[in-house]
Amino acid sequence: MNTIWALAGIVIKELYRRKDFYVLFVLTALITIATGMVNFFHDPKIVRYVKDICMLLIWISALLIAIVTTARQIPAERESRTIFPLLAKPVSRWQVILGKFLGCWLATGIALLVFYAFFAIITGSREQNWPWLSYLQAAGLQWAMLAVVIALSLFVSIVSAAPSSTTTICFIVVAGILLVGGHLNSVALNQAEPVQTILYTIYFLIPHLEWFDIRDRLVYDWAHLVPWRDCLLAALYAAAYTGLFLLLTWLGFRRKSLNT
Amino acid sequence: MSVILKTEKLRVEFTSREFRQTAKVALSGLDLEVNVGEVFGFLGPNGAGKTTTINVLLGFVPPTSGAAYLFGIDVRQPIARQQIGYLPEMTYYYKFLTAEELLRFYARIFGLPRAEADKRIDRLLKLVELETAGRRPIKSYSKGMQQRVGLAQALINNPDLLILDEPTSGLDPLGRMKVREIIQRLKNEGKTVFFSSHELGEVETVCDRVAIINQGELKALGRVSDLVAEHQSNLEKVFLDIIGYQPQSTP
Repeated sequence: MNTIWALAGIVIKELYRRKDFYVLFVLTALITIATGMVNFFHDPKIVRYVKDICMLLIWISALLIAIVTTARQIPAERESRTIFPLLAKPVSRWQVILGKFLGCWLATGIALLVFYAFFAIITGSREQNWPWLSYLQAAGLQWAMLAVVIALSLFVSIVSAAPSSTTTICFIVVAGILLVGGHLNSVALNQAEPVQTILYTIYFLIPHLEWFDIRDRLVYDWAHLVPWRDCLLAALYAAAYTGLFLLLTWLGFRRKSLNT
Repeated sequence: MSVILKTEKLRVEFTSREFRQTAKVALSGLDLEVNVGEVFGFLGPNGAGKTTTINVLLGFVPPTSGAAYLFGIDVRQPIARQQIGYLPEMTYYYKFLTAEELLRFYARIFGLPRAEADKRIDRLLKLVELETAGRRPIKSYSKGMQQRVGLAQALINNPDLLILDEPTSGLDPLGRMKVREIIQRLKNEGKTVFFSSHELGEVETVCDRVAIINQGELKALGRVSDLVAEHQSNLEKVFLDIIGYQPQSTP
């Protein structure tokens, strides 16, 4: 476990020493603050628009951080050849994968914490209301969803040749799942065979990342929290897909030539 | 004298992905033995199989046939690598870290307690003459400094066997001399050093024994002085004779 934590520590250090996170945070903050200063149509509920835009930016930024950080991990180790001194030590390839996953997930979690703290300050200062448990659920579910995205990106980074192609593939897949994944069964209903079976198969195979999106509850101030039992089930669902993608990553990486 | 590194009839073939291409034989029946406390030079032209041999010893490439052992343990078992240090050829270490942080990371991998790690990091930074630059990011280092950080990371676990893949490649004469001095110092401490190199001068200076390979086959093995005496020439000529180099006659 010591090795996995050591590897994770390096990934976290990399995140806070690179500029990606700071740029995304500053952009999110600037756009949110700018939106908050403009009073569209003298709407007394303008804060809802601010919350909506801020949450959307948080989701995009978190996905960017997760995918871009993960996509470069193993290719960068191979390109700079640091994988050689690393594996020449008593470190196995599955430890490298777990360390990289844990590092990316924790780094994204830290980024998410900063973003949600900003969101809480902005909305709380306007509404004088601090629904901490709702924030906790939204952030927790988003973090669980990001575990799946990170494991998927790690797998694609083993198969694909370059970090840029990994990033593109992952963005298309994740955006596709988030935008249309949940509607595939409805679409399948009106299709002829074999398209119907294909669409149903895809619907039941893909990880439904959209289930982790509870932004509307925060934006429209839903009074009730998501039942904690459902949160636990969602976390288990995310853990199952994360485990599957990590297993596929290990299977791909264990016999892979280390030379670029 | 006890053997610390051994290969037995080592053969490595790389299969080609291209249709009807035959497998490339990188190593063919390589037999080597390195004794404890020796500085062993592993020589050969580019593509001779030096790095492939090292990759097999480190478990990066599985042998097609034959076997390799470190400390008597088959190299396919990760435990064989517990007491070795490895410096790869031209590695660009995590540029966002400082040398001190890099060494601390590797020390953590070996499970060294913090106090012990601190002591070793100080000693190693002094050994590779980076004590003043230890807190600077690696991205600001010259090539020679990066190579010395590499040597320090290879020594973090106080290994009994050091495997160095072309440790002076791409360094200026001063950088080469510093690396050579470090190898000499390690030899005096009783460490076993196995290193591949093109620099025949440094091999002559620091090595107890050398092996010369060409096209994956062992061509010569012995003490530098014996090889030189046998061929009645300097090591460079011996090397060129052994690999079958024919100088082109000028008109």
